[in-house]
Amino acid sequence: MTTAAPDGARKLRWRRRSVLPGFGLSLGYTIAYLSLVVLIPLAGLGIRSASLGWNEFWAIALDPRVVSALQLSFGAAMIAAIVNTIFGVLVAWVLVRYRFPGRRWLDAAVDLPFALPTAVAGIALATLYAPNGPFGVFLMSWFGVKVGFTSIGVTLALIFVGLPFVVRTVQPVLEEIDRETEEASATLGAGRLRTATRVILPAMFPAILTGFALSFARGVGEYGSVIFIASNLPYKSEIAPLLIVIKLEEHNYAGATAIATIMLVIAFAMLFVINILQAWSRKWFGHE
Amino acid sequence: MSSAHPHKIGQAIGEGRWTRLALITIALIFLGLMLIAPLFVVFVEAFSRGVGVYIDALAMPDTMSALRLTLLVAAIAVPVNLVFGVAAAWAIAKFEFKGKAFLLTLIDLPFAVSPVVSGLIFVLLFGANSVLGPLLDSAGIKVLFAVPGIVLATVFITFPFIARELIPLMQQQGSSEEEAAVSLGAGGWRTFFQVTLPNVKWGLLYGVLLCNARAMGEFGAVTVVSGNIRGVTTTLPLHIEILYNDNKAAAAFAVASLLALLALVTLAVKTVLEARFANSHAAQRRH
Repeated sequence: MTTAAPDGARKLRWRRRSVLPGFGLSLGYTIAYLSLVVLIPLAGLGIRSASLGWNEFWAIALDPRVVSALQLSFGAAMIAAIVNTIFGVLVAWVLVRYRFPGRRWLDAAVDLPFALPTAVAGIALATLYAPNGPFGVFLMSWFGVKVGFTSIGVTLALIFVGLPFVVRTVQPVLEEIDRETEEASATLGAGRLRTATRVILPAMFPAILTGFALSFARGVGEYGSVIFIASNLPYKSEIAPLLIVIKLEEHNYAGATAIATIMLVIAFAMLFVINILQAWSRKWFGHE
Repeated sequence: MSSAHPHKIGQAIGEGRWTRLALITIALIFLGLMLIAPLFVVFVEAFSRGVGVYIDALAMPDTMSALRLTLLVAAIAVPVNLVFGVAAAWAIAKFEFKGKAFLLTLIDLPFAVSPVVSGLIFVLLFGANSVLGPLLDSAGIKVLFAVPGIVLATVFITFPFIARELIPLMQQQGSSEEEAAVSLGAGGWRTFFQVTLPNVKWGLLYGVLLCNARAMGEFGAVTVVSGNIRGVTTTLPLHIEILYNDNKAAAAFAVASLLALLALVTLAVKTVLEARFANSHAAQRRH
């Protein structure tokens, strides 16, 4: 955007002039409340973690039980995010492009994991996939797969909580894609599959990445829906957030703080990398 | 949708009938197994031991006190985050300033923090070996393992919900209507209540509903700060966990069905609002 600036507006200001009132009040309140509720408490975690000292911190971080819990949390979240990306894009496509009876209700159902408390989802999934539950029996006898009380169960719970993130970030972008580019691609002789992979997919790529990242981040930290379906055995199906709760119950604040710090640092680093990837893909594909 | 050559264009930029059918079927099966089946099982299990057990589970004194606490926590957390959400949306959507993207990232922070870690930060802030904890304790104020801690953790968890719903909506609507109101002599508050609020009320309502559903259903953060004192610091989700671990599955699902019902109402209101919103949109265009 290059608009001819009137005199004085070229001067570097940190905000553009507006006739509307209330900027100072609303921004001031926003920043004060944000600091009080979010930033100061989070800073407290950083300070406590820093006071642990290097050696103590690494002793906790490299403890085999902590390492395997972190591996499970990040690994299961990664698999769940990949599954959600594939099915989330498919669901978003079906919801945006096709018209069929019940579409509106299906659309509403996608938000269910946002609205349903995690503990409720947790006991429901545990009942369905327990070895004697309806799905558990079926999967065991037909495929010989044990889902309940294993790391597969953990992944399944993370698929449940992460699904809406992909659908809800991809859906609006898909709605706004210009059908004319698809028509152009078709008139130039591209088949439908080629148009989908060469024209539509690149345009959706930043949104898909965002959805993947949100689903992943949610999965790493998830607690309520997982602990009922996992057997919570150390080294086997114990997730990192559960280990934090266990350390707290043992009054081991240092241990809990160290694990929490590792989780936060990795999660923030992941989000940062994905932000960069997104900026890069926007530049590369030239889409907003 | 009508075009001169519906058949030809449909073929060129749409999928074949069977591909279409296959994709819809996969989506239906996936959502049915992943989302609808768990919801369904909540209600089936809740009534698996009969209506008597269901009603007994809801009428238990522990259930009643958990319900009261949950309502109290939501009654505090939702309004404070509502005021914040409106203030943040006004500042971010109606004005241009440097550092806006950074501010948005900071508002999103609680989304990236594990619920358990959200609870932990308040344990560290108000716990026995913190600076604030003993200070407040000597003043007779108990934060941790008490109601204030639960409220704080819930406020933290639900912090971005309303702001996140409002900001894109208000950005999309621009500020020309507000500028017109102000130039006609309306004050700031009047402009907000008579111009901005009517434009965003449905988005605001959905934000409030989502925030409320999360506030009533938060589990991980509340587990950490509550200390699980039965009948005192037990919210509905914690009560569900206690019942479930006590091998009272039917009772646990009965209480869970209350929260599932709340989720269903939230989603139903959203769906109805969207349908109405789309209609009023169409009606406006007709004028």
